[in-house]
Amino acid sequence: MDFNTAEEMLALCKKENKPISEIMRLREIIYGEDDAQTVDARMRKSLGIMRNSVHKPLNEIVRSMGGMIGGEAAKLEKRRAEGKSICGNVLTKALIYSQAVLEMNASMGVIVAAPTAGSAGVVPSVLFALEEEFDLSEDELVKGLFTAGAIGCLLMKNASVSGAEAGCQAEIGSAAAMAAAAAVEMMGGTPEQCLDAAAITIGNMLGLVCDPIAGLVEMPCQSRNAAGASNALTSAEMALAGIKSAVPFSEMSDAMYRVGKGLPAELRETALGGCAATPTGCEYKCKIFGGCK
Amino acid sequence: MAFISVFEVIGPNMVGPSSSHTAGAASIARLAWKMTHEKIKSVKFTLYGSFAQTYKGHGTDRALLGGMMGFETDDERIRDSFEIAEKEGIEFSFVANTIETEVHPNTVDMEIEDVTGRKLTVRGESIGGGKVRLTRINGVKVLFTGEYHSLIVIHRDHPGVISKVTSNLGECHVNIAYLRVYRETKGGIAYMIIESDEEITQEIVDKIERNPFVKDTMLIKK
Repeated sequence: MDFNTAEEMLALCKKENKPISEIMRLREIIYGEDDAQTVDARMRKSLGIMRNSVHKPLNEIVRSMGGMIGGEAAKLEKRRAEGKSICGNVLTKALIYSQAVLEMNASMGVIVAAPTAGSAGVVPSVLFALEEEFDLSEDELVKGLFTAGAIGCLLMKNASVSGAEAGCQAEIGSAAAMAAAAAVEMMGGTPEQCLDAAAITIGNMLGLVCDPIAGLVEMPCQSRNAAGASNALTSAEMALAGIKSAVPFSEMSDAMYRVGKGLPAELRETALGGCAATPTGCEYKCKIFGGCK
Repeated sequence: MAFISVFEVIGPNMVGPSSSHTAGAASIARLAWKMTHEKIKSVKFTLYGSFAQTYKGHGTDRALLGGMMGFETDDERIRDSFEIAEKEGIEFSFVANTIETEVHPNTVDMEIEDVTGRKLTVRGESIGGGKVRLTRINGVKVLFTGEYHSLIVIHRDHPGVISKVTSNLGECHVNIAYLRVYRETKGGIAYMIIESDEEITQEIVDKIERNPFVKDTMLIKK
């Protein structure tokens, strides 16, 4: 039941006639440390933590450790509640929730890294936006998490989910690919469509650099989570409409890894390039850590 | 290829903001906490590399202190660990060492003293995604991750000690997954790190401690 590539995973889905989520769940039960009951309970617990992290910052605004973010989710929610949002309910909610998780994270609240802490807003934001707008059950959301996990696992094995190794495309890009596949499966798509959505997402985020201001998981990480969530929903919509990715998932994941390896060190989480190296970025750093003239 | 659990992708559950600087820091300190027998009286953390540069913005200090009180990576009390430690009467301090650069970027030394006066120094490294390893115990280079049920035996470097300890384990049906030995000097203090799939019971530890060459043991449950 284990797989190393998207092709092997797809073959298992066909052979067992099961969705990606179930293949991933069975794989965990067979090869992981926990029995079926514990595996399901752990995933439910993760979903519960995610649920808290998308909602709590809406009511309880806390400034981040570095002081760069806090209150963005509430601002978006206020606009949505007033009926002014230009993005429609699913996307707007995904944006709100993605911001909330990063606020939670940056203020030392509890989150679920998915696949990393800096990209933790993408997967839950897409899941809970769809849950509310399409009346999905908790079971369907848990399945979504297994599907997201399968895509993340493939990317961990064959590419990277580390900003320090392959840039933001490997963090937010991977999280968005995971969320896209989860969205497709939850909305009734096939395993092939899940992989198409994931591949389109990675393709659309290729080259994104990791350039955190002051080296902190605040900005531009927070708004990139919103970009990741909207990319995920865009690609899911395309895949569900039957649009295929021109480049298959495994080739796209290789491309992402090669692009990542080609990024200069300044753009791989060292806080020496991109947003971090702008005059404003440097000013933030001085304010937070001192030591400047 | 090593098995990657779905919970390594969807996880860890953690107090933010950084898996390496916050969750990893808590895990390192919690491992050191598990190695202590008694309540901790004082702890001094020396931070290196990126830990030294950015620990305040990442809450690395709060996470380390929380881990030193046994808090797991997703324990909300980490945020208030300074206040909690003060209430518990634990003395703590943080020193940023920005001169030493020949270390892993996320390294911390922990000098711990328990209420009985027993001292322990541990170096830990946060190697990404919340994964950690301990690389020094009391100044001796070791390698230890805490991913298994583990037993650290501190003993005199003397013929037959290792085989005696392993046979003690075998008699109790404990299968050794990994066994690593380190020593300060020939005939001096040596460290044996045993990692096992099965839980190692206190009964086995008592048996091992009867060996006159064994100075101390640390039983670390997974």
